[in-house]
Amino acid sequence: MNTAEGFAEGHRIDAAGARMGMWIFLFTEVLFFGGLFLIYTVYRVRYGAAFLQGGRLMDTAHGIANTVILLTGSLTIALSLALLRKGKRGLSLLAQGLTVLLGVFFLAGKYVEYSAHIGHGLYPASPVLLGMDKGKILFMGLYYVMTGVHALHVLIGVAVISWTILLTARQKITPRDTIKLENTGLYWHFVDVIWIYLLPLFYLIT
Amino acid sequence: MAQQEIALPNISYRTYVLVWIILLALLAFTVAVAELHLTGLLLLTSIFIATLKAGFVAIYFMHLREEPWVLKGMLFFVLFMLAVLILLTFSDEWYREG
Repeated sequence: MNTAEGFAEGHRIDAAGARMGMWIFLFTEVLFFGGLFLIYTVYRVRYGAAFLQGGRLMDTAHGIANTVILLTGSLTIALSLALLRKGKRGLSLLAQGLTVLLGVFFLAGKYVEYSAHIGHGLYPASPVLLGMDKGKILFMGLYYVMTGVHALHVLIGVAVISWTILLTARQKITPRDTIKLENTGLYWHFVDVIWIYLLPLFYLIT
Repeated sequence: MAQQEIALPNISYRTYVLVWIILLALLAFTVAVAELHLTGLLLLTSIFIATLKAGFVAIYFMHLREEPWVLKGMLFFVLFMLAVLILLTFSDEWYREG
């Protein structure tokens, strides 16, 4: 990518430095989600059977659909950067818009999923859930926290990409200075990677 | 500082699409493996395939391939520390009574 160091549009740019800063932030996110994954791993080892049963409460099709959505979203934002760097601003805006749309689809899917679970009485501290064994309570609790926090990250990503769309349209992000879009892309890909791990943990336990 | 613009090679659209197809194929593979009901090995196999997918996203979409070794080293260190965190926790979990 462009490790331009110098001046563009009157202000100093250091793309390599800015990218490294973003990666360092992502490292803190790795530890953040890593802690949650650690909790999941410990309780899965302790309550293996209950976790398997909990997995049957999940809709695998939803999980797979959401994975396809996010993987495609990673493609579109990667393309949007490549397009902009080749000077194709209009197409880049289209690709960024598609990414936002896919993010919104993901969130809409989570809404439908959570609604279904809550409709069945499976929400934290619900009478139905409290009537189940400890392992199942832990599984559902981890499900809500981990996918919920992830969904929050998707929401933030949607907001940030909407902002880069504005900046790209106003030519504050240009083919010579793409760092804001690059870093936004890094964040979005990271959110995708987290979901790649969440899928087998909650949706593919059989 | 010297004003220099080092333009690293552009990744072609085709490469991005190809990686996306590989990711979708790995997803299909993950689902197929889950259907095999391997139970014990399932978690490890799923995590392994997930790591492959994450690797593709990191190397090609996140442009890790073009980044300097310092950054690649930092990432490996962070992942190593996470692995240590998990392993140390289990060194307690597996051998504690009760």
